Amino acid sequence: MARYIIQRLGYMLMTLFLIASFSFFLMKLLPGSPLKMEEKLSDAQLEILYEKYGLNDPVPIQYLRYIGNLLQGDLGVSFQLSNQPVTDILLSRIPVSAHLGLQALIVGTIIGMLLGIVAAIRNNSWMDYSANIISVVGISIPSFIFAGLLQYYVGVKLGLLPIAFWGTFPQTIMPTIALAIFPLAISARFMRTELIEVMGSDYIVTARAKGVTKAAILFKHGLRNALIPLVTVLGPMAVSLMTGTLVIEQIFSIPGIGEQFVTSVMTDDFSIIMGTTLFFAFFFILVILIIDILYGIIDPRIRLAGGKE
Amino acid sequence: MRKANWLLLVLALVLSMFLAACAGGDDTTEEDPGTDADTEETEDTGDDAEGDAAGTEQVLNILEASQIPTMDSSHATDAVAFQFLGESMEGLYRLDENAQPTPAIAAGDPEVSEDGLTWTIQLRDDAVWSNGDPVTAHDFVFAWRRAVNPDTGSEYGPFMMNGVIKNAEAINNGDVPVEELGVEATSDTELVITLEKAVPYFHGLLTFGTFLPLNEDFVTEQGDDYALSSDNLIFNGPFLLKDWNPTGENPDQWKLVKNPDYWDADAVTLEEINVSVVKETSTAVNLYTTGDVDRAGLTAEYVEQYAGTDEFRTLPEPVLFYLKMNQANEALANQDIRKAIAMSIGKQDLVDVILANGSVVSTGAVPQNFTAHPETGEDFREINGDLIVEDKAKAQEHWQAGLEALGVDSVNLRYLGGDSEVATEMDAYIKNQLESNLEGLTVDISSVPFEERIARDEASDYDIQNAGWGPDYLDPNTWLEMWTSTSPYMTMNYNNEEFDALISEANNELLTEPVERYENFLEAEKVMMEDAAIAPLYQRSRAYLWRPSVKGVIFNPMGADFTYKHAYIEE
Repeated sequence: MARYIIQRLGYMLMTLFLIASFSFFLMKLLPGSPLKMEEKLSDAQLEILYEKYGLNDPVPIQYLRYIGNLLQGDLGVSFQLSNQPVTDILLSRIPVSAHLGLQALIVGTIIGMLLGIVAAIRNNSWMDYSANIISVVGISIPSFIFAGLLQYYVGVKLGLLPIAFWGTFPQTIMPTIALAIFPLAISARFMRTELIEVMGSDYIVTARAKGVTKAAILFKHGLRNALIPLVTVLGPMAVSLMTGTLVIEQIFSIPGIGEQFVTSVMTDDFSIIMGTTLFFAFFFILVILIIDILYGIIDPRIRLAGGKE
Repeated sequence: MRKANWLLLVLALVLSMFLAACAGGDDTTEEDPGTDADTEETEDTGDDAEGDAAGTEQVLNILEASQIPTMDSSHATDAVAFQFLGESMEGLYRLDENAQPTPAIAAGDPEVSEDGLTWTIQLRDDAVWSNGDPVTAHDFVFAWRRAVNPDTGSEYGPFMMNGVIKNAEAINNGDVPVEELGVEATSDTELVITLEKAVPYFHGLLTFGTFLPLNEDFVTEQGDDYALSSDNLIFNGPFLLKDWNPTGENPDQWKLVKNPDYWDADAVTLEEINVSVVKETSTAVNLYTTGDVDRAGLTAEYVEQYAGTDEFRTLPEPVLFYLKMNQANEALANQDIRKAIAMSIGKQDLVDVILANGSVVSTGAVPQNFTAHPETGEDFREINGDLIVEDKAKAQEHWQAGLEALGVDSVNLRYLGGDSEVATEMDAYIKNQLESNLEGLTVDISSVPFEERIARDEASDYDIQNAGWGPDYLDPNTWLEMWTSTSPYMTMNYNNEEFDALISEANNELLTEPVERYENFLEAEKVMMEDAAIAPLYQRSRAYLWRPSVKGVIFNPMGADFTYKHAYIEE
């Protein structure tokens, strides 16, 4: 197991390196520069500024310098937020996004699972149909629509919750709900389908024949097996939440990494775009690794490739 | 559209009912909304009380659309940075409600030598920094040298000072040591500035953020950390910036509090200005509706809803939009063709329907309410009047004449525009106007991102371009010099010797003759519009919701958008 994880971490570093290199060259292909008054400055003035910020060097040199700094953990300083170290900017934004994302993921999957269980137990009843409708709605309607509706009806019309900003617990409720809709819908659907299938399988029939109570069958035997596919989608779900936060953070004015990423792309802020891209990539790979490890824990039948060697 | 909205609403309501029902099974989640609702209610009443008492409390709550990019005056380039520099720092002069410079750190108006090259300014001796140091002439010398020093990497420093202050350009190029800059502190309270040439608008320029003083000891001591957060700054303006930290826990909220040590503190009524960053217009409007903030910027779709209420205000900006017509194109080299294009666009509908934010039709190369005649005080636009107006019949006459002269019956033009929603809508409208009014004209639009448009502009790679310009100083020259044949911004191969001569004269022989100089500009604009060198479109405005109880805010045509120094909240 340990060997497997180390191996995977090795691959992870290589992937990150490749991503860093690719995005560096892609960024260099974009027109324009991070300077803010490019269109007004004279060529001579631009030349002086390019020189000062090292933008005049050949791209391979800039690349080597960037990778060199990266290896030392230095992501550079922001252009738009003058002189602010990118690492500090990321570190101040990530906890906020992580808080929001986790909260939404937990709320969404728990409620979704409950919905799914209810729908599976009361298969083909009105409860099942309603849960189904919720799932379809949740999957097909983008989160920013929910965000807008919540903000207007709950925030403005009813005045129940704060409309925007971040800091107090009430301020986290609406963005969490808006963001949780998607994981809620997905997990409800998976839970229902799997649970119906598992509850119909032979060993459940056997357990029932042996006289095990209904609750024990459901929680001891049914749920554990129905959870496996849900764990599979947990990873992609966490990642899709990341894209969801880009919009939700913007709407609720939450100072998270997504909001910062959008702003930086708009303003060509090279160093922050690179930093955020690397962070997103790192996060993505990490989630996949964690999911792979979780598999082994939930279902012992799944053998990890590294374990055999 | 309406139907879809209703459907969504119904679905959302159904969903929220389910959420509530589901949560019933889960104790913790159920309790939370309950307690939140309660605390929120009390918080709400708290807010209301604050709103009611604001008359006595003098607290203003505003929104910005982006974070402060920098509080370092040498590096500031955008409206938000200049806004908060303007509130927390004080330079030699400040713009008053008529956009005229009034003394700030300066004790009075500058003494200008006969040749207009030497400006002597006496400073008041009672201004202090927030660390207790006095504000002296040396602070200005240090700040200006820093702004043009190539090691600083400032963008606005060389842009503002090159060719204006003596030796600025040579210093920026690295040819001359920075000490040679034409600014000298002859004593703690006397500043002597030597100019490269007698720049007539230099007085107004001194109100600009790049010319703010910096406390040398503090800036040097802070080094690379200077201006990274409000803890790494000292102030000398009407307000002190607090809780601003782009890498802190809450980078999107900060405040200004009244500076008790400000030399003119008696004139400042507001105790506190709370600022939050909100990028979504809908969020801003919601916050305004609930009374959380006193100002919200509006986009076109909200204007209809609020226009006519006493909270709705449009703020005309000195920003012009126009079509650049590249005369490298054979058809556009013909004056009749250019006139036909310029006259065939329905500009009133453009501002009323497509922009719908209070923008006004533009008919020249200089915006309205920007500069006044030095003698009569009349506005530039009023004197010169409407030079290019919409006239479809005349446009068709010119078009036919142009086609005949060219010996063709159809013209195809490449049209370069922006890629924002408003820009693409506007460009589609202009294309439709041109094609339906001018028979035989076809227009191909490419909508590209800003950077790409600038790159194509510099390469003169367009036939028609929808472009805009904001001023750099309070003088008609900022609008006209850019159309001379040698200007790097004039990328459309326009060349009129008479125009060039008028502008050159205004910037050389007539520098110390304000009236004749101004008349040169008037004449130059007429010449240029007679040529239909550009097709004026509109002067931009911004639409806002402003709480009517907020009074005394000054709207500036340059630098910071607003001045809150004299603002107060009416009881």
